[in-house]
Amino acid sequence: MRKYITKRLIMLVPVLLGVSIIVFAVMRAFTADPAASILGQHATSAQIAELRNKLGLNDPIYVQYWNYFKGMIRGDLGTSLFTQTKVTDELLGRFPATAELAISAIIFASIFGVLVGVISAVKKNTALDYAGMFGALIGVSIPIFWLGIMLIILFGVILGWLPVSGRLDILMTPPKITGFLLIDTLITGNIDMFFDALAHLVLPTVALGMYSTAIIARMTRSSVLETLQQDYIRTAWAKGLAEKAVVIRHALRNALIPVATVIGLQLGSLLGGAVLTETVFAWPGIGKYTVDAITKSDYPVVQGAVLLVAFIFVTVNLVVDVLYAFLDPRIKYS
Amino acid sequence: MLLEVKGLTTVFHMKEGAVRAVQNASFQAGKGEVLAIVGESGSGKSVTSLSIMGLVGEQGTVESGRILYKGEDLLKASKKRMQQLRGNEISMIFQEPMTSLNPVHSIRKQLVEAITTHKNATKQEAEEHALEMLDFVGIPSPKARMGNYPHEMSGGMRQRVMIAMALSCDPQLLIADEPTTALDVTIQAQIMDLLHGLKERLGMGMILITHDLGIVAETADRVAVMYCGRIVEEAPVKELFEEPLHPYTRGLIASIPRLDVSVKRLPVIRGMVPDPTLVPKGCSFSDRCDYCEDKCKRDVPGLASVSPTRKVRCFQRAGILEEKDEKDEKGGAACQN
Amino acid sequence: MSDSIKKSSPAADAWHVLKQSKSAMLGLIIIVFLFLLALGGKLILPHDPYIGSMAENFQPPSAAHWMGTDELGRDILSRIIDGTRISLRVGIVSVLAALVVGTALGATAAYYGKRVDMIIMRFMDMMLAIPDILLAIAIMAALGPGIDKAIIAISFVTIPQYARIVRGCVLSVKESDYIAAARLVGNKDWRIIARHILPNVASAIIVRSTLGISSAILDAAALGFLGLGVQPPYAEWGTMLGSGRLYIFNAPYIVVFPGLAITITVLAFNLFGDGLRDALDPKGKIR
Repeated sequence: MRKYITKRLIMLVPVLLGVSIIVFAVMRAFTADPAASILGQHATSAQIAELRNKLGLNDPIYVQYWNYFKGMIRGDLGTSLFTQTKVTDELLGRFPATAELAISAIIFASIFGVLVGVISAVKKNTALDYAGMFGALIGVSIPIFWLGIMLIILFGVILGWLPVSGRLDILMTPPKITGFLLIDTLITGNIDMFFDALAHLVLPTVALGMYSTAIIARMTRSSVLETLQQDYIRTAWAKGLAEKAVVIRHALRNALIPVATVIGLQLGSLLGGAVLTETVFAWPGIGKYTVDAITKSDYPVVQGAVLLVAFIFVTVNLVVDVLYAFLDPRIKYS
Repeated sequence: MLLEVKGLTTVFHMKEGAVRAVQNASFQAGKGEVLAIVGESGSGKSVTSLSIMGLVGEQGTVESGRILYKGEDLLKASKKRMQQLRGNEISMIFQEPMTSLNPVHSIRKQLVEAITTHKNATKQEAEEHALEMLDFVGIPSPKARMGNYPHEMSGGMRQRVMIAMALSCDPQLLIADEPTTALDVTIQAQIMDLLHGLKERLGMGMILITHDLGIVAETADRVAVMYCGRIVEEAPVKELFEEPLHPYTRGLIASIPRLDVSVKRLPVIRGMVPDPTLVPKGCSFSDRCDYCEDKCKRDVPGLASVSPTRKVRCFQRAGILEEKDEKDEKGGAACQN
Repeated sequence: MSDSIKKSSPAADAWHVLKQSKSAMLGLIIIVFLFLLALGGKLILPHDPYIGSMAENFQPPSAAHWMGTDELGRDILSRIIDGTRISLRVGIVSVLAALVVGTALGATAAYYGKRVDMIIMRFMDMMLAIPDILLAIAIMAALGPGIDKAIIAISFVTIPQYARIVRGCVLSVKESDYIAAARLVGNKDWRIIARHILPNVASAIIVRSTLGISSAILDAAALGFLGLGVQPPYAEWGTMLGSGRLYIFNAPYIVVFPGLAITITVLAFNLFGDGLRDALDPKGKIR
């Protein structure tokens, strides 16, 4: 097992390297002159040339990449063109906000997705199944950002039940320990703040998690239906088990093995969706930071953010593969 | 009587239309007796056993008939009552040992579950009993095996585990659906010996579903032969082999290779088992039968008693007995009308 | 007897199954309706989608403006009708472009195998390591906004999906006897791919493309919403949402209808795509 994990970790290196090349190439191949956009419309060509020189933009592209690469392996993703701050620091500072939202969304999606999928499968071809699957179809068809806006209108504006922007009431000062507000507020015993943070998390979680919920529900349903056809399920019935025991103890565990992969893959699309959700809910995470950077052509920031997300994504997939071994005793990695 | 099945009809609803997998089947199995149900695949023998267990699945329904277990009609029993009986008083082992055990649970967990579902036992007691059962069905070093997962065992071992599981609550009736078909020949013999020995020791009734007449001859007390969903002949095992009445049974027995008679080619039944949606209108066997007459194509013969112990479903049964010697000389007369 | 045996093509068989599915037919009806709107919408526009009067801005839905008016007094219904054209165009063109490139790459990788396969598929894997929408955003950030650029970005990020499907299908038919026979009689490689292999992967591609249109429309709307895609004043639904977002507190109808239009369009392609999958791929090989 350890050998397998090591092997996979080594295989991550070329993937990340390739991703960095793709992102670098995309950003450099197409970007309009960043020097010109930093200095604005009134800059002279001499000023622009000077800044280009300073930023190393006149070097051949492979030299630029090599310089970037040298920084990257030291964990330095460059400097923001506008704030002059380290991109790595900015990203890491915002990462907990995005992670908290994404984890919350994947938990929400896993619980409700599996629940709806199992109910639909067990009550196959009943009104409950049709309702569940129609809901799932809406879930994969609805744009995240529009769902977010609708949630804001309904729960924020009309009903006024839940806060609709940011991570915390602006009058509260969060403790800084891990950056995960739910954890930090609990550690410091600040219960009011904990519930405030939780309330802020609800709508973004639903908006971000809805698509994944739908995907997981559909996958769970078909997986459970397939599993229920297996011989060992007939054995379970023949033992005299009640339906609940057959489904939960015998079908679900097997059915969830492919679902686990889907959940892992969903985390990737959640990180992408976070860009939209964070914009809608003014959530101070990597996504919003990236979108803000794009509008300013701050390419080191965009580059760093995409790399970070890709890194998280491939790491999560590795973790899912390893978790597989615990779900399915037949798998032995070597 | 331990089990009495009367007029059982099970229908499967498919895209192509309704298929009567079992039609008007009646038989009984007593305590300490082995009833073999014999037939080719698609003859309805497996569906018959699943009907008894109440496990025909969502596409199938038992349309009519009665299944009396110690006088209680299982078709009228509640879901809960069936759960009480299944695995407890009536157990079943299946054809596919490779896939019949849950791959993600250890042998221990699956055995203990079978016991604790029905018996009031602590986990400790259930584990001890599970260990005894594994030993009982002849699994070497059962203690080590308890922690195994199914994929770590051979097919024969898995079938032993299935048997241990089925017997762990001392059932009164065991249904074994092709218990050896998926196994190697040498393992087959071991498993059949095991089942035979267990039956003698435990005194339970057993329904053995098989297509293998060799196993039937060795193990069964009585035999019911099924063809296209109908029982075509029922007889004590010795009488059936000595003098098969139904043309289909005759064909089956004639096609068993024998050591004591040398023939150039084994006789075979001509034609094939018809597609379940295209079964002939009259006698299901009419299109393959050497003794077929007009009547056979028109009407379905009833299952008639020809002696206190024997029943057969054939209009021509008497004729066959007389013609037997003649026909062998002629070398098989085709349908003459 | 002869009556019961009719000649049937795979397409006719699939259509027969598809017709049985009510949800797929509902999807198809909506899609046809959307195409009619895109092609002939200009004829039935109740108002000019681009010119409104400031005196009439922020009007809630009424008899004159069924879906109300936006911040510039433009009729929202007219803008949504006009936007149909843009969304369908982005959806279909970007899928076609990704399909052509992806198919070429996937077929090449599978047919030549070894080194070629390794290089192409590793590259695809790397692209798959970046969430679609994020890569599209990065590309748009580099390219600058615009409808054609949105099409380029969306098709670029979805290439790996098609490449993988085509590669998988080609690999499975490549080894079959009839391909060997075609090679024996001296057919050229590309001819074999085009004449013998591609028809076999058609059903997988058709299903993936139909579902791909829905995700392309969603992605385009997301880009528009972020202000990176189609630019105002064009009535792209996502762009309308992006600019209408500022007014949700006093004029929520500005954002309700464009979002509804996106959802219904995407839903229609998903319904139809799911139906196609059931009809063309009953065993569920296509994911």
